[in-house]
Amino acid sequence: MLKILAIAISGVSVGFAGMALAHDMREMAGLAPPPATQLAATAPNAITVDNFAFAPAAMTVRAGTTVTWTNRDDELHTVVSADDPKLFKSGPLDTGDSFSVTFAKPGTYKYYCSIHPHMVGTVVVR
Amino acid sequence: MTTSENKGTTRRRVLQCMSWGSAGILWTVAGGVPQARALGAREAVAEAGAFSFVQISDTHIGFGKDPNPTPDATLREALGKIAAMPNRPAFMLHTGDVSHLSKPSEFDAASQIFKTAALETFYVPGEHDTINDDGKEFFSRFGARQAQPGGWYSFDQNGVHFIGLVNVINLKAGGLGYLGPDQLQWLANDTKGLSASAPIVVFAHMPLWALYPDWGWGTDDAAQALAGLKRFGSVTVLNGHIHQVMQKVEGNVSFQTARSTAFPQPAPGQGPGPGPMQVPADRLRSVLGIRDVAFTGMAPAISDNTLAS
Repeated sequence: MLKILAIAISGVSVGFAGMALAHDMREMAGLAPPPATQLAATAPNAITVDNFAFAPAAMTVRAGTTVTWTNRDDELHTVVSADDPKLFKSGPLDTGDSFSVTFAKPGTYKYYCSIHPHMVGTVVVR
Repeated sequence: MTTSENKGTTRRRVLQCMSWGSAGILWTVAGGVPQARALGAREAVAEAGAFSFVQISDTHIGFGKDPNPTPDATLREALGKIAAMPNRPAFMLHTGDVSHLSKPSEFDAASQIFKTAALETFYVPGEHDTINDDGKEFFSRFGARQAQPGGWYSFDQNGVHFIGLVNVINLKAGGLGYLGPDQLQWLANDTKGLSASAPIVVFAHMPLWALYPDWGWGTDDAAQALAGLKRFGSVTVLNGHIHQVMQKVEGNVSFQTARSTAFPQPAPGQGPGPGPMQVPADRLRSVLGIRDVAFTGMAPAISDNTLAS
């Protein structure tokens, strides 16, 4: 079941990007796929990167939610915690790549792209 | 750090060098005022110690999408143009984004191509060269000149002081390019003993002026760096990052961004974002290019040439 879900996520991101046969799934390695109920396109745990911006730039989720970022740009981006020390840090996300973080504790989590630091976003966990 | 290379430039060589760029406009910056004129005037401005160098930028080896799936081929073309110049440049500057994804294989492929230029080359990293490792892989290959732990350095050529700055590491959330206090302090010390009449060339990846902050095109603490350079009569700032030629003059400081050899980006604010700009294949080479800089005394003559010209 877990394997199937991972493939589903891959399919979504590849479909959005309209390309990327050589889709790199490294960022999914070691990450638990989100529950099936949260896979719908409208689920409030999906953040996309389009045209050098996180969308939505601010998101509120319940504690325990796994948030997934998907890069749909032709450009490389990262998702990095703005806290010191950093609470999470993706590798380089090429077109179609995804990165997930499970937020266990309530709080306000600011993040940015470490390559294009003017790109910022916030996840509020309640 | 000082280079010992001396090409024994002659007046004749400088005139030949100027005539090479005759496909375009020659920009001469004299006393901070840029003057454009059609090439061919051949004014006798040659001074002892005149020399030229070339700048390439944003080679993005490893990029594989439209509008240019083969940036290695266009880089080779760019180096071919340099090799075909009637007078050999003293050296080459690379203003960053050697690679697309900071992969060792991309750096290695780029190195193999750069070698074919057979020119001493000075590098500064772009943000694509420092992903995840703060430039460790980059500096291990292209950091031979780096005297400082942070990777910044300076050298002299024929009386011109060159300063390579690193503004792509340790970037702050919500910020732009970043030099940091250590580098600013080093810069102040590096230029302290220089005569105000010494021409200065600063090269760094991201623009050192607020070119278009909405797209991240600027450097947060560049003003502090430039404040210390105001006393100099001729300061030329060479950047990459935005994959197009943009110029600005502020007092005695002339800012110049260069074209990429890989793909163009849109003009500031034109379109939704600063990603690769799509152009038809037959137009690609008209938006990629190299830069030739000839020093004839105080004033650098800057000539931007596309791969189509």
